Amino acid sequence: MGAGQPGDRERPINMTDRTITDPNPKTTEARKADPTRFLSHLELDQPDKTFLDSNELVINMGPQHPATHGVLRVILKLDGEQVLGTECVIGYLHRGVEKIAENRTYTMFNPYVDRMDYVAAVSNGLGYCEAVEKLLNIEAPPRAKYIRVILTELNRLASHQLWLGTHALDIGAMTPLFYTFRDREEILKIFEKYCGARLTTHAFRIGGCQYETYEGFERDVIKFLDFVPPKIDEYEELLTTNRIWLERTKNVGVISKADAIALGVTGPVLRASGVKWDLRKAQPYAAYSDFDFEIPIGTNGDTYDRYTVRMEEMRQSLRIIRQAVGKIPEGPIMAKVPKVMKPPVGEVYHSIEAPKGELGYFIVSDGSTQPYRIRVRPPSFVNLQALDIMVRGALVADVIAVIGTLDIVLGEVDR
Amino acid sequence: MIGTLKGQYGSGIREANTYLGQNYMVVEPSIVSELLQILRDREQFDYCVDITALHYPEREKQFELIWILYSFSRNERIRVKTIIADGESVPSAVLIWATANWLEREVFDMFGIRFEGHPDLKRILLPDGWKGHPLRKDYGIIQQDQEWVQANLGIESGQ
Repeated sequence: MGAGQPGDRERPINMTDRTITDPNPKTTEARKADPTRFLSHLELDQPDKTFLDSNELVINMGPQHPATHGVLRVILKLDGEQVLGTECVIGYLHRGVEKIAENRTYTMFNPYVDRMDYVAAVSNGLGYCEAVEKLLNIEAPPRAKYIRVILTELNRLASHQLWLGTHALDIGAMTPLFYTFRDREEILKIFEKYCGARLTTHAFRIGGCQYETYEGFERDVIKFLDFVPPKIDEYEELLTTNRIWLERTKNVGVISKADAIALGVTGPVLRASGVKWDLRKAQPYAAYSDFDFEIPIGTNGDTYDRYTVRMEEMRQSLRIIRQAVGKIPEGPIMAKVPKVMKPPVGEVYHSIEAPKGELGYFIVSDGSTQPYRIRVRPPSFVNLQALDIMVRGALVADVIAVIGTLDIVLGEVDR
Repeated sequence: MIGTLKGQYGSGIREANTYLGQNYMVVEPSIVSELLQILRDREQFDYCVDITALHYPEREKQFELIWILYSFSRNERIRVKTIIADGESVPSAVLIWATANWLEREVFDMFGIRFEGHPDLKRILLPDGWKGHPLRKDYGIIQQDQEWVQANLGIESGQ
């Protein structure tokens, strides 16, 4: 707490003030069981009030702030260094993707989904294509499914690498950024060779894949599989036992299992809190049921656990790719898809395990060539809601760490 | 599960069906809050995946509200659907699933459906002073709040 506020001198400091004016008389236990504890909009909730309230300060972090990973604005209510409450202001990147979808045909909307979570464009495309395939009652051929798995897992790796680099940079470690971007480049090269694009790939089509694998695709992927594991060890060497890293991440931004479920948090954030749940296992899609892999989980639900979970997920992704690339089946890459797609009247919800969590598409067809409504269930948007409860009582510097560990992409939060 | 619920609510559950292997039920708006509570507590649908809405302007009751729920222990999804008219509201699910907070705000922002008892129902993606709810079918694809754009951005039009 900083001293020297003019108000301090006029008011004698009295330790008993604290008990008398405590606005939140409930015990900690009772507060934990209270469902309203999540409601922490600045005015509504009164987090443990401090005894010198003249120190309270409301400031904006963002929207133009390098550590908010885009145009996120967080209103912080501070008591000195300590965070009393936060409120996220989002929507700066809102493009109305769901509205656009209602005015495009199913095929035309496909490239738009890449622009939501642009770090994991391949995953977005997979979710969308599979949802429409379900609605049309067609299935992609096995070869297409394997290609999809390989590219999606490569993309998960690329997404986690970008997360690691920027997250470590936010906390103060600069080197991992250069390492991860150097290695991520190899994945982007494979994407570029496969479909011509590095970021917004539009790799899949409804019914399968547009492109056959290029000459030497398997060789490139295997080369990458041999190249990257020592690099992941290298990242770990830099961070896992690094004392500064441990200080900045251990017991920071803790979220309990129960809170994570109540807040609908998914992906590595949920798993780090100890819930062994991955859609690739729980409700397998594409060809995931053919492969062996583990679901890494954490125990404490803190920033460090989320780090270890994601690091292990990278290795598991490599394991999946290695199994898939060795046995890509022969055959067509495109199912029989009508030229004019008119799914029967009905609705479908399909979700996949994107690098950030459950990415769902709820599509309603009215029998015409254009969807009546497409709703995207974005993992980043829902996960971001947990920020408030994770940083309450923490320091300003921890807010940066928690934004990084939530791994949000504002293109997906705002759509 | 459906059998017990039907026994309890009778015609309150209008339809319980499966399409493309996905379960959904259509219920009366009057019982929806109680039903969601029961689904969470008794049937273990502890994870609220999504809340969204559909707009059918030509119908008498224009809006369909949809809750997509998931149960970790059963590894099962269910969609609960209710039909309401323009201007009608439904009770908020914020105290059942904390995640409903932002999801309901988004539905309010995009469709103008109000949730009773929501602690802070305001726009989330669009600016606070914006007029209109873009995902309603009568809202044009290039339509915008000209007044807001002129007053706040200092330009004639955003197009």
